[in-house]
Parts: sequence; structure tokens; C-alpha cells
Amino acid sequence: MGIVTPGFQGRARSADEKLPPGQYLVEDFPVLSAGPTPRVRLENWRFTVTTETGQKHEWTWADLKALPSETPTVDIHCVTRWSKFGTSWRGVSLDTLLADVDTAADYVMAESHGGYTTNLPLEDLLDGQAWIAYEFEGEDLPAEHGGPARLLVPHLYFWKSAKWVKGLRLMLDDDLGFWEAAGYHSYGDPWREQRYQGD
Amino acid sequence: MVQGKLAWRVGRLAEVRDETPTARTLVLDVPGWPGHLAGQHVDVRLTAEDGYSTTRTYSIAAPADGERVEITVQRVPGGEVSPFLTEVFAPGDRVELRGPVGGWFVWRPASPDPVLLVAGGAGIVPLMAMVRARRQAGSRAPFKLLYSVRTPEDVYYAGELRRPEAGLDVTFVYSRKGPADWPGEPHRIGVADVNTAGWPAEFAPQCFVCGPTGFVEAVANVLVALGHDPRRVKTERFGPSGS
Ligand SMILES: Cc1cc2nc3c(=O)[nH]c(=O)nc-3n(C[C@H](O)[C@H](O)[C@H](O)COP(=O)(O)OP(=O)(O)OC[C@H]3O[C@@H](n4cnc5c(N)ncnc54)[C@H](O)[C@@H]3O)c2cc1C
Repeated sequence: MGIVTPGFQGRARSADEKLPPGQYLVEDFPVLSAGPTPRVRLENWRFTVTTETGQKHEWTWADLKALPSETPTVDIHCVTRWSKFGTSWRGVSLDTLLADVDTAADYVMAESHGGYTTNLPLEDLLDGQAWIAYEFEGEDLPAEHGGPARLLVPHLYFWKSAKWVKGLRLMLDDDLGFWEAAGYHSYGDPWREQRYQGD
Repeated sequence: MVQGKLAWRVGRLAEVRDETPTARTLVLDVPGWPGHLAGQHVDVRLTAEDGYSTTRTYSIAAPADGERVEITVQRVPGGEVSPFLTEVFAPGDRVELRGPVGGWFVWRPASPDPVLLVAGGAGIVPLMAMVRARRQAGSRAPFKLLYSVRTPEDVYYAGELRRPEAGLDVTFVYSRKGPADWPGEPHRIGVADVNTAGWPAEFAPQCFVCGPTGFVEAVANVLVALGHDPRRVKTERFGPSGS
């Protein structure tokens, strides 16, 4: 237990087992990003998976929309301490997108329009855990929330769910993305409060 | 045991200064503080007697000065932490801090580039650290600060910002009510404000925008529309959307 600050009581609290430690619940959907919102035109949109040998797999917007979609309803947890329950999305499972990709890589760098990157273990994107999402609550995903399409990896802190995603680069060794190189945790498990390096 | 900036340290409140009726600057002495850059923030952890604890993030308001850390807290009505920090927390009291955190939204005094700072409300805090860091370092980098507030009474660091300073232009925009001698109608910041008070895009300034989410979205979009390179527009968003 930390040092007690006299007079501080905090708010009456109820233990909500759906809320990871240190998080509070919001009803709205805060926007957090490092710069202006990129605007991406659908006719120019591409999603590219590049393997460690340089092999490229590419999808246009029409290709993506033609793939079978899923409608996950998930809780999301931002490292700035808000969580939001029961958000509903539509998108394509990474299992579908990576089905024909031949790789020995263990890690992935997600890359976005605007230059943002974030690193993840490949296994965290498979087995129904991650999507390329293009609808939020039944509407097209707004640009400020990462539209036209973002990565959705709800079991990790939300900075891993890269907005404006344009591709995945498969890597044999782990590397650090944008926030990770600035001191954020390499993995980012909300249940273990992996906020910063060393947590 | 975590090292360096990730370790929790105990800070003691040394001094308070009221900035406005609802915002207070807290000057903390933090033994072992490693120093910081203008624009970085700290996590502040409060623990109650029953062991409950909670953490909030606050921008650092002043450049590094030994073991001193200054933050300015705006009271959010009904908030769990900010009413405590602005009304109850008193000199001599202790709190835990860790940091500095954030290496992206920072200004480095060695940079000669022109700088545009755009603040909405409490978003002035990290930008004020940059203004003060410029002064402390004797930097000649030309600075412009565009500061949007509701009324003149809501201006933080008012005495300091109204004092003329070579190489620093300060422009206020009032959204509810301006002072008697202010030409113009109260309004939300728009293209004309950013265009007039900022730098031409050809000067390739570093732009730092901080405030509530809606404000930051609006200003960052204006800067990009005015031709600024998105990579030179750094943003920090406080608080929930729509605020
Ligand atoms: C990077 C960063 C830097 C920050 N720097 C500063 C700073 O320099 N000065 C400062 O005063 N605050 C700053 N904040 C905001 C601060 O961390 C807290 O969110 C704020 O003090 C409110 O905490 P609270 O416990 O009083 O309110 P809470 O109990 O957390 O919230 C109470 C209610 O107010 C709403 N709310 C929470 N935060 C805000 C807000 N900022 N504006 C409007 N409504 C809100 C919540 O949604 C909730 O409904 C910063 C936040 C971030 C992410």
C-alpha cells in the first residue's frame, strides 16, 4: 500500500469485476491520438500484410468489404484509465486476413496512415482475438476513431488497436512501436496494469 | 522494483498558488526527481486510509528545477481527485508521483524552429512549461501562443502571460465573454484565429495543441487545412470527448 494522503477518501466504490485495476467507466468515447486525424479516401485505401521475407498480400477497400465480416461486442480499456463496456463493431477477423499468409514470425508491427506504429505478438491477433474494424455501433467508423478502418485488439490497452491502420509487417524479432519507444509497455495487458515499460 | 522514472516517489506539497477561482498550482518537492522536459506529465497517486488508491495524470507546468515539480489542477465538479487537490490538499501533505511520462509532446530548448502553441482551457499547462523553458534557457526561438478561454477570469498564469516578453506573442480568444477592450465577439477558435495568430505554413513551425478533445480536433484540422505538415502538429487531449 502506498503512503496515505490525509483527508483523501476517494469515491464510494463498488467492485466491478469487468473493470481492470485503475480504470474508470465512461459512457462517451474519448478520442486520444498523437496528432491530427488523417483523412483516408476509400479508393486509395489498401491494407497490406508484409511477411519477414518481403512477400506482400494486399486488399483494396472492395476486397475487404467482400470478405466475411464479424460483429464483435467487446469491452475496451484505454491506458489513460477510461474503459467502455459493450462496444459493438463490424470488421474482418485477422484469422481470415492471415489465413493464406506463410510466415515464421512471432511479432507484428501495425502501421497506420499518419506514421503511427504499434507492436504486438502475432498470437495476440489470432484465434478470434482481433479484427480490422470498419463499423462502430452500426455506422461507418468515424475518422476521429480511426476510420475508415482500425485494428481492434480489445484484450490489450487500446493504443494497440491502431487507428487508420494500413498494414501489418511481420517480424521475427520484437521491435518497439510509437508509444512503446516513448516508454509505454511493450505488451500492454490492462489486467496486469502494464502501462509503462517495467510495469 | 522499478527504476528511474517508473518508480513511485513521495512528493510533499511546498506551496500553492490560485490561478483562477477553480484552478490551483501545486508546487511539490519530490526527493530523487530525475528532471523532465517541457510538455511531459506525471501520474499522481492518492491513497485513502482504508488502502483505496487512485491515479490521475497531470501535465508539468514548469521546466525542470531541481526536485521541484509544479502542476496546475482544474477543479472538475463531481470529480474524485481534482476537488481534493484544489481544495483539501494542503502544504506539508504528501502524495505519490511517478514520471516524467511522455516523450513526444515535448519542446527541446536546443530547437531554433518557430513554435506555435494553441491552448484550450487547462490545456495551457504543458504549453506554459514550454514558454517558461524557453525563458529559462534564454532561447531565441520565436514563439506564438494562442490561448482560448471562456472569460478573462479563466486565464491561468495571467500576470506572467500579460507581461511583454521578447520573441513571444500571446493572443487570447474568449469563447463566452471578452474584456471590455477586446475587439470582436466571443467565439470558439476558428480558421481565422489560427491563421492570424499563427505562423505561415511555409515557416514550418512546430505546433503544439492541447485542450479538451473537441478543441484539439478542431485546431489540428485547421492547421492541416492551412497547409501545416501533420507530422509537425503534436496534440495532447485532456478529458472526455465533447467537453
Ligand atoms: C495527458 C494528460 C494530461 C493532463 N493534464 C492535466 C492538467 O495539467 N490539469 C488538469 O486539471 N487536468 C489534467 N488532466 C486531466 C486529469 O487527469 C483528470 O482527468 C482531471 O483532473 C479530473 O479528475 P477527477 O478525479 O477530478 O475527475 P473524475 O472523478 O475522474 O471524473 C469526474 C467526471 O468528470 C469527467 N471528467 C474527467 N476529466 C475531465 C476533464 N479533464 N474535463 C472535463 N470533465 C472531465 C469524467 O468523465 C467524470 O464524468 C490531464 C489528463 C491527461 C490524460
